[in-house]
Amino acid sequence: MSIFADAATRLLIQGITGREGSFHARQMLEYGTNVVAGVTPGKGGQTFEGKVPIFNTVADAVGDTGANATVIYVPPMGAAAAVIEAADAGIPLVVCITEGIPVLHMSRTMPFVRGRGVRLIGPNCPGLITPGTRTKIGIIPGNICTAGRVGLVSRSGTLTYEVVNHLTRNGIGQSTCVGIGGDPIIGTDFIDCLAAFQDDPETDAIVMIGEIGGTDEQNAAAFVKEKVSKPVVGFIAGQTAPKGRRMGHAGAIISGSSGTAEEKLAAFEAAGIGIMRRPVDVVALLQKKTARKSAKSAH
Amino acid sequence: MNLHEYQARTLLKAAGIAMFEGDVASTPPEAEAIARRIGGTVVIKAQVHAGGRGKAGGVKLARNPAEAADEAAQILGMTIKGLTVHKVLVVPAAEIATESYVGLIMDRETQRPVFMVSSAGGVDIEEVAAKTPEKIVRLPVDPTYGLFAHQALSLAFVLYRDFAQVKAAAKMIEQLYRAFIDNGASLAEINPLVTTPDGRVLALDAKIVIDDNELFWRPDLGLLRDDSAEEPSEAAARRANLSFIKLDGDVGCVVNGAGLAMATMDLVKYYGGEPANFLDIGGSSSPEKVINALKIITADPHVKAILFNIFGGITRTDDVANGIVAATRQFKVSVPIVIRLTGTNEAEAIRILNEVGMPALSDMDEAVQRVVQLAKEGA
Repeated sequence: MSIFADAATRLLIQGITGREGSFHARQMLEYGTNVVAGVTPGKGGQTFEGKVPIFNTVADAVGDTGANATVIYVPPMGAAAAVIEAADAGIPLVVCITEGIPVLHMSRTMPFVRGRGVRLIGPNCPGLITPGTRTKIGIIPGNICTAGRVGLVSRSGTLTYEVVNHLTRNGIGQSTCVGIGGDPIIGTDFIDCLAAFQDDPETDAIVMIGEIGGTDEQNAAAFVKEKVSKPVVGFIAGQTAPKGRRMGHAGAIISGSSGTAEEKLAAFEAAGIGIMRRPVDVVALLQKKTARKSAKSAH
Repeated sequence: MNLHEYQARTLLKAAGIAMFEGDVASTPPEAEAIARRIGGTVVIKAQVHAGGRGKAGGVKLARNPAEAADEAAQILGMTIKGLTVHKVLVVPAAEIATESYVGLIMDRETQRPVFMVSSAGGVDIEEVAAKTPEKIVRLPVDPTYGLFAHQALSLAFVLYRDFAQVKAAAKMIEQLYRAFIDNGASLAEINPLVTTPDGRVLALDAKIVIDDNELFWRPDLGLLRDDSAEEPSEAAARRANLSFIKLDGDVGCVVNGAGLAMATMDLVKYYGGEPANFLDIGGSSSPEKVINALKIITADPHVKAILFNIFGGITRTDDVANGIVAATRQFKVSVPIVIRLTGTNEAEAIRILNEVGMPALSDMDEAVQRVVQLAKEGA
């Protein structure tokens, strides 16, 4: 098992003929992902590299191929519209890789997506990967992952790869790695992923990688304290970042917080989350946490 | 993108919001002319992207045009929080009966624009928020429908009792929402919103932050960017499509991805060094980006050593290697460079670097420890 992506995933790629889309389509196919269709308006009827049928619309693609997940590589101007098209066609899992979507577009998109009961991951995220079933939706390099029982959720991209790489090199495999994206408005947050990992019988421990800014990590820490029985270790990037030159008061008022690393680490501490001071610490912390856990259950 | 107060005023005025008259000046004679036009006592306000202008001496009263010129001469050219003042705003020193706060921000939590209003306005609004949060009324707006008339009215009733003032404030709140949406803002704030002794409702100070992602198809808003209000190296980096923040340390950092870039700075500090910058070269990296990054970092005389930390995903590490080689051919880099790269096309990247006698590491901790050591030796 795993979360969100598995052997049953039938993937559609929106923007499959574009520069980014075609490059990553090849990578996903090579990794073993079940890519069943692509969408590029105007290129319906063609095939991508002789393997994947291309459709003009998402509805056509779903009707013909039974796609049940989609990944979006559409440029920022049309990306929110692509998310809406996918949700409107009834696809339950939408992963949006695109970076640079205006936040107002996402603010208008989210009520529609939620109204259709769709899970959106991203935007501005690396997507997700389940190594056990060779299912990759997005851009996380497949070669740094290996199958196992640690779930990983992260707000960043390359920092995720850094941590996964340490895990794999030390023989710690992953159930699913999810990059939720760093934009102000995202479809799936830490808590959604923590809840899914908690419920996943094939995930034994969770790694959480956050960043400075906002209150998502603090909320997630409170959730861990209440609802997560599996061991969790966490990292906050930006511990040494300078305090930005602030404009206006609304940001501080709305969150009641300035989103500093200290605040987030204190929340982690209070929730019993193991704190990684460096990315490499993930290995020793997980080993310690899971050893303690198995010692407890042996008694 | 932060706008100056005078720019925010222009956008809000265009949306119909009632404001005190006033204008922006770049020279003392210009300030004098504006003060003469306004008549009476005026306030001269430094236009700079920093809070606490008043405490830093960037806001002054002037009783007549000659004083306005003198005060403007004092303020223009002064430095506030490291930023030089190039423009001043000249506005009348208004008589004020009450001060309120009206803010609109794109909220991560509700994923909507959220209004916040309080009858306790002015500079201490954050203290109000911390100590008496019940004095701030919040209202999330569904952007699908926009702000309803009854919502604007209910917010205005929070501020005033006099119905004429309530109606005036409700209109302004609707205009502020319109300006927020039409300009792709992530924040729009009137603080304070004031009433005058004769009962008028007017905006005294305004702040607007534009969502950078809007600028792609809003070149008109991009024109409002004031390069001179930024650190010169940061402006140069932005023009080269690099995300860069200058810091005070001596270890230059070139990294792909914002999260990894921050983690790299953290690790430099962890091993006893001081990062000279935050620099994210982004996902797809051409050799040209690497050249620009090196140019910007080596322009800082405090930099004693440079670290490349590249985890190739979309970024091809051989592109970065080619960039490093091309850059060192184009101009002499006089400080040592430590290169850590791993991921996509790693073998090819190492071959390219080794050919010109540059070693490459694959472990981040090892690379950071080495660059910190080299910076200390060079200091």
